[in-house]
Amino acid sequence: MSAGHSIALETLFGDYPLDRAFDEMREPSGTLRPHYRALAERLASLPADELQRRKQSADLSFLTQGITFTVYGREEGTERIFPYDLLPRLVTAAEWDRIERGLTQRITALNLFLRDIYSDGKILNDRIIPRELVYSCKHYRRQMRGLHVPRNVYIAVVGSDLLRLNSGEFVVLEDNLRVPSGVSYMLTNRRVMKRTFPELFQSYGVRPIDHYPQLLLATLRSLAPEGRPEPNIVLLTPGVYNSAYFEHTYLARQMGIDLVEGRDLVTHDNIVYMRTTDGLRRVDVIYRRVDDDFSDPLVFRPDSALGCAGLFNAYRAGNVTVTNAFGTGLADDKAVYAYVPRMIRYYLDEDPILPNVETYLLSEEKDRQYVLANLEKLVVKAVGESGGYGMLIGPHSSKRQREEFAQQIAANPRNYIAQPTLDFSRSPCLIGDRLEPRHVDLRPYILFGDKINIVPGGLTRVALEKGSLVVNSSQGGGSKDTWVLE
Amino acid sequence: MLSRVADSLYWMSRYLERAENTVRQLDVTMSLVLDAGGANAEARWRRMIAALGSPAGMDWSGGLEEMAHRLVFDNLNAASVTCCVNGARENARQVREEISTEQWQRLNRLYHTIHSAQTQAQFDSSNGDVLASILDGVHLFKGVTDTTMIHGQGWQFIRLGRYIERAYATATMLEVYQPILFHMQREHTGVEYLELVGLLRCSTSFEAYCQVYTADITPDRVLEFVLLNRDFPHAIRYCVDSIRQAIESIERTCGRRSPGALTAGIGRLHAMLDFTTISEILGGDTAGFLHTIRQQCLLIHELIYRHYVHYSIQSALAV
Repeated sequence: MSAGHSIALETLFGDYPLDRAFDEMREPSGTLRPHYRALAERLASLPADELQRRKQSADLSFLTQGITFTVYGREEGTERIFPYDLLPRLVTAAEWDRIERGLTQRITALNLFLRDIYSDGKILNDRIIPRELVYSCKHYRRQMRGLHVPRNVYIAVVGSDLLRLNSGEFVVLEDNLRVPSGVSYMLTNRRVMKRTFPELFQSYGVRPIDHYPQLLLATLRSLAPEGRPEPNIVLLTPGVYNSAYFEHTYLARQMGIDLVEGRDLVTHDNIVYMRTTDGLRRVDVIYRRVDDDFSDPLVFRPDSALGCAGLFNAYRAGNVTVTNAFGTGLADDKAVYAYVPRMIRYYLDEDPILPNVETYLLSEEKDRQYVLANLEKLVVKAVGESGGYGMLIGPHSSKRQREEFAQQIAANPRNYIAQPTLDFSRSPCLIGDRLEPRHVDLRPYILFGDKINIVPGGLTRVALEKGSLVVNSSQGGGSKDTWVLE
Repeated sequence: MLSRVADSLYWMSRYLERAENTVRQLDVTMSLVLDAGGANAEARWRRMIAALGSPAGMDWSGGLEEMAHRLVFDNLNAASVTCCVNGARENARQVREEISTEQWQRLNRLYHTIHSAQTQAQFDSSNGDVLASILDGVHLFKGVTDTTMIHGQGWQFIRLGRYIERAYATATMLEVYQPILFHMQREHTGVEYLELVGLLRCSTSFEAYCQVYTADITPDRVLEFVLLNRDFPHAIRYCVDSIRQAIESIERTCGRRSPGALTAGIGRLHAMLDFTTISEILGGDTAGFLHTIRQQCLLIHELIYRHYVHYSIQSALAV
């Protein structure tokens, strides 16, 4: 540690390691990055037990608000508090500007791609993307072919996961175009943080994110079917057993709209109604938090009772807006992902502002051979999965796991991609009474209605286990508040 | 309001009322067994189970303590207090955005209390304390419900659930007890006195009764109080008044009229209790009278559901 730091700061950092990975707070030499200086000084100035006291008071706040998620694979409906870290992650105005422009560009291109695939398929005819790759995608929905979508917006609510590499550059790891979640944690983290570090928050000049629910509501309203000036907007949830149920109730309450389940909806003459005590009430916009497969038993999975029979036909008739549209998972397929930079060039004639992570397609002979020979160095992912499931992290895997994956790859190469194991950035977290670095990503939330809006910030997810690279909440990850500075 | 939400609020409230009633009856039974004379533990148990509507799986197996433990904690029996609390919480969880944080926290705390191993262990040594703490939990929940929730349609459905359940349960209890109590001699023994007090305590009416009639406890007055008092919240007539008010209020906020059958059903029940004296009830078919009250409650529930919750789509589209 360089000279000039107070003793308290020395103690706080202890033997805080710095290595190849980009550290959000400190430069490789050990000096603090300028924008983190005020935060570090504030921490160092607090009495030793004050930090713990604030942590406890924040804990309590999460607990009493019932901010929980459900863990699958254990006892049904196990509720847990979403773990979080007390120290904010800071993003400078210049960094944010690049992220914002990059995401706007990317989401515009992805939306054009979806529209193209579900109409003329020009990008396929021009052989930019192989036809069979698109048509073999698990989330491709042929029912969407030739269907007009309000304002041509397929993806109204997006959460893209960014990583920061050793060079300090942000890259896109994946796009979540189906039902991205986590925004309620972004909002509640902020509320708790404002209460925990009020002076610090004020002195930093943090850009606000609190208007997200209002923006979301405005986005949904802008997508209402024509001729419905006072649209009835609802949020469709799979119900209490869904891992994000807390978020669904939270957003519905914040927007002041009804939280409905499939069984609340009925369709008649291609119009969707909800059952109220006043009788049937027409529904105009559905913010859908139910996957495609479960949305309409007449069109998708016939054994699902979570959706509403007839919903798709009402949608096709233009009597109700469902957002995100069906079949958007096509564009966040991990194999299609590899083509996003080419999409950006093709549709927008621009160079991508935010690069992709280098990706090997296992359906390509050359890539496959390389990957199979180097499994211990790579991360292999199933293309249609999310939440950190169906993944092999080479350096952390056993020989047996690698052999299993090699077999699965041989059996169905289209189902897998591989990426180099990334050294992504780490951010200081309060572990016990010390600061220790933990890997973090960043998921900003993008809203696409009459224009693209990104609230400045997002969810910084943290791999709370030492050395872990997995940030998903279902796999022991936590979160941090993200402060975008003026 | 979404029909499903109304449904959940209604049943949340009914389940809690049921839990409360079960706890109270069990508490009274456990303490009556201590007194010498009168019916033995088995007979009392059977009577109480009948008064709770004869739920399955609660047949006497020999040990009162063990039976009591089962009635409170048996996760697999829908009639147990635990299952009622589970039901209430599950319904509340499905409408988390409709109820206040205070309500949710109280209910959650009650749920965790009843599920804790400590409570179960404590029950075996001092069941009275545990039953009292469960009752406290229910009362706190009702208190915050009344003070932290908008008294709109949702609150009215909660009220509806509470009073329909209470009217039904009280009528069931009176039906079971009436052949035993109301054919007693005018000059009753100490044991009979205890029975009557027990009956009053099953509906928390003892102190209220004394304020109205003094401690001079006679079967006809007991029945009159529990059935016909209009100011006491556990009396059936008060419950029916509340049901009527709740339905009228829901009708007003909905902007569509309740069907004639519902208005008639609630009106008939109301009139029955308004225009019948206790001597007429005792002189006539007492059991039949109580049975009619139960039938009317079921009918009212059914009509509310048919109109506000499970209505057919054809009928709703025709409007």
